[in-house]
Amino acid sequence: MSVQSHDVQPQGVQTYSPREFHRQAHDALGNPQIRANFRKAMDGLMTKRRDSFGDWDLETLRELGANIRLRALAKLPDLLEQLEANCEANGIRVHWAEDGDQACRIIREICESHDASSVVKGKSMVTEEMHLNAHLEEAGIEALESDLGEYLVQLNEQTPSHIIMPAIHLNTDEISEILHDKTGTERTRDVDYMTAAARSQLRERFMAADVGISGVNFAVAETGTLCLVENEGNGRMTTTVPPVHIAVTGIEKVVEQLRDVPPLYALLTRSATGQHVTTYFNMISSPRKDGEHDGPKEVHLVLVDSGRSSIYQDDELLDTLRCIRCGACMNHCPVYTRVGGHTYGTTYPGPIGSILSPHLMGLDETKDLPTASSLCGACGEVCPVKIPIPDLLVRLRRESVGEGRGNVPGAGVKRTRKEAAAWKGFQWLATHPAVWRAGTAVAGKLKALMPAKLGSWTDYRTAPRPAGTTLHALVKRHQANKTHGEER
Amino acid sequence: MRARDAILKRLRERTDSPLSAPESDFAVVTHRGWSQEERLARFERWIVSVHGEVIHAPRDTWTDTLAKVLADKGVRRLALGKEHPVAAEARHALADAEVELVDVDRDIESWQREQFERVDAGLTSTRGAIAETGSLWLWPTPDEPRLISLVPPIHVAVLDADTLEDTFFDVVEAHGWADGMPTNALLISGPSKTADIEQTLAYGVHGPRALVVIVRHAAAAAGGEA
Repeated sequence: MSVQSHDVQPQGVQTYSPREFHRQAHDALGNPQIRANFRKAMDGLMTKRRDSFGDWDLETLRELGANIRLRALAKLPDLLEQLEANCEANGIRVHWAEDGDQACRIIREICESHDASSVVKGKSMVTEEMHLNAHLEEAGIEALESDLGEYLVQLNEQTPSHIIMPAIHLNTDEISEILHDKTGTERTRDVDYMTAAARSQLRERFMAADVGISGVNFAVAETGTLCLVENEGNGRMTTTVPPVHIAVTGIEKVVEQLRDVPPLYALLTRSATGQHVTTYFNMISSPRKDGEHDGPKEVHLVLVDSGRSSIYQDDELLDTLRCIRCGACMNHCPVYTRVGGHTYGTTYPGPIGSILSPHLMGLDETKDLPTASSLCGACGEVCPVKIPIPDLLVRLRRESVGEGRGNVPGAGVKRTRKEAAAWKGFQWLATHPAVWRAGTAVAGKLKALMPAKLGSWTDYRTAPRPAGTTLHALVKRHQANKTHGEER
Repeated sequence: MRARDAILKRLRERTDSPLSAPESDFAVVTHRGWSQEERLARFERWIVSVHGEVIHAPRDTWTDTLAKVLADKGVRRLALGKEHPVAAEARHALADAEVELVDVDRDIESWQREQFERVDAGLTSTRGAIAETGSLWLWPTPDEPRLISLVPPIHVAVLDADTLEDTFFDVVEAHGWADGMPTNALLISGPSKTADIEQTLAYGVHGPRALVVIVRHAAAAAGGEA
């Protein structure tokens, strides 16, 4: 149920798969353009984030952010019911979807009930997760992305490489070329010209769109309010201009009270892009009321589970659901910065992707992702809601070799009898001191026989050499000398 | 309803032990204790930092400032409400001006293309503002609908200096937002912008290219420039 289907790949779209992580990483590392684009962007984002929290008691704010999210998760089923009741009372129709396919069907049916042929979208990662655009296109409904970055990525037949900045892998020249190729603009390095061109192209589309589809940053149970965070105004356009608005969100995005929103918003914008605030904070609580002159006449909210309720079962894994999708973990990840977002082959790249995707797609599809980390800890340190990402990466590594609690789909995918037996043997050895001492002493004597190549371990490293004298023996000798010295 | 019930059931019958909800201490997002001068300075600094403009005006002659802004920006057609005092005063003052006043108390369906293509600026009131982030608080109404602060290339917002508060949290709490949210509540903190082309900032991507905030000061407190 929780595992996403992969058969709905957009036609002609350049695709990456988490199964091919190693090959994709190798390709990306060999591409100086990609490496330069990410390096430059991530360096800037890290500095801006740090500066933007300059005046704040950041630890206290993060503590509050974590605490608000924990409280929301502790009351999740009640809050979802409260959200539903308040939205319905305000005139927002609420739908529930077990998985991405079901959500796609619900959205398509709403579109079809309005004879929609054209949909305009604000940025929404959950709709990327379910390949909504491809699904709608199969039904003859054109879905156009309106966030500038998403628009560029869609024109280039790609998927986003970052959850906040979808086109971060492209530089100005590449973007100029894409716009020239696909929309006939002049080749230029003038960002204002390109932005203005996209503005006029998309304005026509906003006017013509039958339905607007957006994501949700926070859904407030207390008031039935959907909050959207953005800079461009495409989110407001998407949720105001077309006659129908469909908001799509994962079930974990709910918060209890309106007063929970300001701290999370303060954390989100600074963590994501180092901004003290975004241009727009758009809070929607109902469709157009009698007497009002604009705004959609129908608003729908689609609540998507898609594996989230499975994550919810396990006390440790639960922390994954605190995420507010700021992307700070990827901005600070030395692995993400080097291999880029597409390498992961998943909707959510970087550290958060590596702890979330295995639940959405199964560890069998994503077995390399939990190991795409040096466990340096940066992601956990910058996370605005204090998700212990490194611990969760380790947990998923354990799950992948069948040493966890088995609460993740595809658990045990990397378990081999040989490795399991080797560790069993090591455990036995290490818990039997006499055998251990004999064994390590023999290894020291035979160190000349140690092979110089040890599979992929020695691709980038020299093989370890057992010491002639074991540490144990050294300590023993040292202690003996000390005692001897004291006696003299 | 099957999906709904199944999801809620899974959440309620979670495998691990029941979760307890921690209490929250919101002190870190409130109690700034700024003076009115500090609030104004912060508000202005943030708005200017994101390419917005702040112009101060005495409460009783602010429409002169408005007329000047419109003339400077070459605004020929201005969209504005009728009933809100800001709109009413502006209409009265601009009656003989060159600027054509565009009524907005009509359903968008009847004038969508006109609004998108033939309006130079939108004028709105504000309910207040936030010093900490340089954000305007708008609750659009039938008199001042949602799109006039978004679609025209210039947004002129009128703010009374004494409605400025410290933080977003303070505004939400002091004005009891939770007791009744409008169809659409907005914070606006600058003109529309994007950095999606190689981190280079560009303004006016989908919404207004320019945001002008006219800050009105009560006669006694009106210190300085007009």
